[in-house]
Amino acid sequence: MKFTLEIWRQENGEDAGSFSSHEVDDVSPDTSFLEMLDILNEKLTESGGEPIAFDSDCREGICGMCSLVINGEAHGPKRATTTCQLYMRHFPDGASITVEPWRSGAFPVVRDLAVDRSAFDRIMRAGGYVTVHSGPKPDPNDVPVNPEISEKALDASTCIGCGACVAACPNGAAMLYTAAKVSHLSLLPQGQPERQERVQKMVAQMEEEGFGSCRNYGECEAQCPKSISIDFIGHMNRELLRATVIEPTDLRGEMKTQ
Amino acid sequence: MDLDAKIPEGPIADKWTRHIDEIRLVGPRNRPHYRVIIVGSGLAGASAASSMAAMGYKVDCFCFQDSPRRAHSIAAQGGINAAKNYRNDGDSVHRLFYDTQKGGDYRSREANVWRLAQLSTAIIDQAAAQGVPFAREYGGMLANRSFGGVLVERTFYCRGETGQQLLLGANSALAKEIAAGHVNMHTRTELLDVVVVDGRARGIVVRDLVTGAISSHAADAVVLASGGYTNVFNLSTNARGCNVTATWRAHKRGAGFANPCYVQIHPTAIPAAGEHQSKLTLMSESLRNDGRIWVPKKANDERKPSEIPEEERYYYLEERYPRFGNLVPRDVASRNAKDVCDKGMGVGPTGQGVYLDFRDAISEKGADVIETRYGNLFDMYERIASDNPRKTPMRIYPAPHYAMGGLWVDYNLMTTMPGLFAIGEANFSDHGANRLGASSMMQCLADGYFVIPITIGDYLSRHPAGEIASDHSAFRDAEREVHEKTERLLSIPGNRPVEAFHRELGKLMIDECGISRNAEGLKDALKKIPELRERFWREVRVPGSGEQFNQSLEHAGRLADFLEFAELMCHDALDRDESCGCHFREEHETEDGETLRNDEDFAFVSVWEHQGVGQQPIRHKEPLEFEALPLAQRNYKT
Ligand SMILES: Cc1cc2nc3c(=O)[nH]c(=O)nc-3n(C[C@H](O)[C@H](O)[C@H](O)COP(=O)(O)OP(=O)(O)OC[C@H]3O[C@@H](n4cnc5c(N)ncnc54)[C@H](O)[C@@H]3O)c2cc1C
Ligand code: SF4
Ligand code: FES
Repeated sequence: MKFTLEIWRQENGEDAGSFSSHEVDDVSPDTSFLEMLDILNEKLTESGGEPIAFDSDCREGICGMCSLVINGEAHGPKRATTTCQLYMRHFPDGASITVEPWRSGAFPVVRDLAVDRSAFDRIMRAGGYVTVHSGPKPDPNDVPVNPEISEKALDASTCIGCGACVAACPNGAAMLYTAAKVSHLSLLPQGQPERQERVQKMVAQMEEEGFGSCRNYGECEAQCPKSISIDFIGHMNRELLRATVIEPTDLRGEMKTQ
Repeated sequence: MDLDAKIPEGPIADKWTRHIDEIRLVGPRNRPHYRVIIVGSGLAGASAASSMAAMGYKVDCFCFQDSPRRAHSIAAQGGINAAKNYRNDGDSVHRLFYDTQKGGDYRSREANVWRLAQLSTAIIDQAAAQGVPFAREYGGMLANRSFGGVLVERTFYCRGETGQQLLLGANSALAKEIAAGHVNMHTRTELLDVVVVDGRARGIVVRDLVTGAISSHAADAVVLASGGYTNVFNLSTNARGCNVTATWRAHKRGAGFANPCYVQIHPTAIPAAGEHQSKLTLMSESLRNDGRIWVPKKANDERKPSEIPEEERYYYLEERYPRFGNLVPRDVASRNAKDVCDKGMGVGPTGQGVYLDFRDAISEKGADVIETRYGNLFDMYERIASDNPRKTPMRIYPAPHYAMGGLWVDYNLMTTMPGLFAIGEANFSDHGANRLGASSMMQCLADGYFVIPITIGDYLSRHPAGEIASDHSAFRDAEREVHEKTERLLSIPGNRPVEAFHRELGKLMIDECGISRNAEGLKDALKKIPELRERFWREVRVPGSGEQFNQSLEHAGRLADFLEFAELMCHDALDRDESCGCHFREEHETEDGETLRNDEDFAFVSVWEHQGVGQQPIRHKEPLEFEALPLAQRNYKT
């Protein structure tokens, strides 16, 4: 198969960046999209050029590192699929394909197609945890969890933190990611003690990072490689409401580590 | 080389508790004075960093990915073992110990294995408390599945993404400590050297992968949690970035490397399709619970699987190993797959594949049941191979998967270099010559949550805090060497990309030091590796500069280390003139084609001392003692 690629090139965060055109030839349909870029990069290296920078690691759809906007869609045309799981057989032979980085003010470009998603980690640090130290804990069977609830929590925590939801959203909102993280813990008994303060802190951090607000476009769910349900956004909004109407429970203060 | 493992006295079941009672600790007031570097944020690194920070130590944690959550542990699928005996099927600490020892073909240290089995249950408790959504039964109790090589059901899981959920748990604890200012997290930062002063590890030199800046970090102890080296084979189930750099550079600075030739080849990966394939995707071993493995009895049978009648199918594992059937340990399953393919019975375009068939499971248990168990794995397969395993059998073939070898550590998890510790897959661990499924995550988390936070105190308490700062001349020297190496890589006037050399090395290693090995092939590899290394340093082209985000440079540095390390692997495989676990030397097999151990001469851990690149390294021995469980020939047949 043969493809014409319009690829975003940008030296670093300060550089303005622009598209450059590349041809790849002789690609087998069983080549993955990233392997196709590997082939292009090897050719560029052999001919004295500079390879294209892009992020990837696991190459099996779980680490959340790969992050390309392909023909205007985060992770490309195939639903419920990360870029690394996309195969060239999903494209017509001879196609022209544009490849861009995640576009969001909160995800500055590092180089070419690689971006900085540390904003996501800061949202987690704001409250995406249960305060427990390492050491003896009760047997989990002492706290039975309805399997339906547990599965629903897992539906949320299956989010791989890739950032496609932000890239897909016309408004650059990070609601789906934050909602997935908040919902996971708020559904489980272990997450109850810090439930109110968690949602408030995480949402505040999300806003501080400069992500846009949610206008219900629904593109996040459509382009999310893990099909995280947009219902979780509703869940988070209810959590937030609940947290604001319930009297603040800051009686125990921040648990102090020794 | 001092190989005193410091195994505590007393009966095996009491050793760990006794050890905790007796070792030196650092008190809560003193802990904030000690700075500990942890390289890696996978299950081992994240659990260690969060636990130690919560105790009060100052922690610096490093990873090369853009977020600690992306460490390779995230990809573990099947599950994690614990001797909870929830199923009331006869499980116990002793049985988990026994299974691990036997699975490892009696090449691990008994005391460590026992401790691992003992700590296994607390890991599940810890993870559940963090909010890890383990699979539950209707009554709300935790569910279990079974895994290869054992007769009990003790594996805990979260669908097919147990690694992600456990790592998110550990990472949430880490996030909390970062937010509290107890952990300084350095992402996109790669360790390039370990700094040693007066024989003790005092810090590391790193490169900021975004700006290219090279800097030093001093600490009172350094913990390597940098994962395994299986990418020496180029194509493996590991993430692309997995590398040997951290452990190899520590080895070059003096830390002994143990059992480098023990590498596990996993039996159930999707077969390779083409030359530019970048990785092999694992299909969780749990599939072997319900899938039946077979090949056509006739060699070079071109028919579709559905056209091959029952009597012409060779269910080779069920026939050869009636008691364990499709659930034999990984090494046995891999070798048998290679064997039937070598005999021409392999399937698929390359002939390097066997069928894993769910037809019978679906008709016996119902499509729904099978779907809930494996739905996401079926989807994953379909996406890659564009075949639907619900309708037609999967094709699978063994793939390099896990490194049992690693830096030698004592019972406290300290390497031969005082002040340098290794945890998780980076150490030579508790899995002997073969790891059982679902036991790596158990070891990573036991090391990180429960062992190192305590044992590191024994070392730290003997030394005053903050003795050496990063302006010490040893750091300047190490930084200079790192600069020089970077410059050297960038100035090679070649034109071949790094990947081309990695493919060459991988092919050589899988052929000569893979599923089966022999003296002749290994000697040949020992000639070819230095030649390949020389060609690499002459002909590679590393574009760009050192002062920018440069992925070719990163890969080149890692491959340069693999090209040195590969030689050590072959030395070890040649030196170990026996078969054991995953190390199958063709010269030593039983009449049934099983591994033939030589306990008289090889019941020891091989610990290698570096003598310079290209020089014959020195092999030291840590003798293994078998008190709790007498040596026995492994037998999965009856
Ligand atoms: C596909 C797959 C499935 C698996 N399934 C299972 C399973 O079901 N059950 C099970 O028990 N085990 C499983 N395993 C094995 C298990 O996942 C790993 O052995 C384990 O996760 C290793 O964890 P770790 O913390 O030691 O290292 P890793 O998770 O590999 O983490 C290494 C860390 O070190 C960092 N690092 C490495 N080098 C450097 C450097 N030079 N500088 C800075 N940082 C560095 C990385 O950034 C990363 O943070 C599986 C493995 C694979 C490949
Ligand atoms: S919600 Fe979906 S798109 Fe957003 S980060 Fe998570 S997995 Fe990626
Ligand atoms: S590379 Fe890991 S999800 Fe794509």
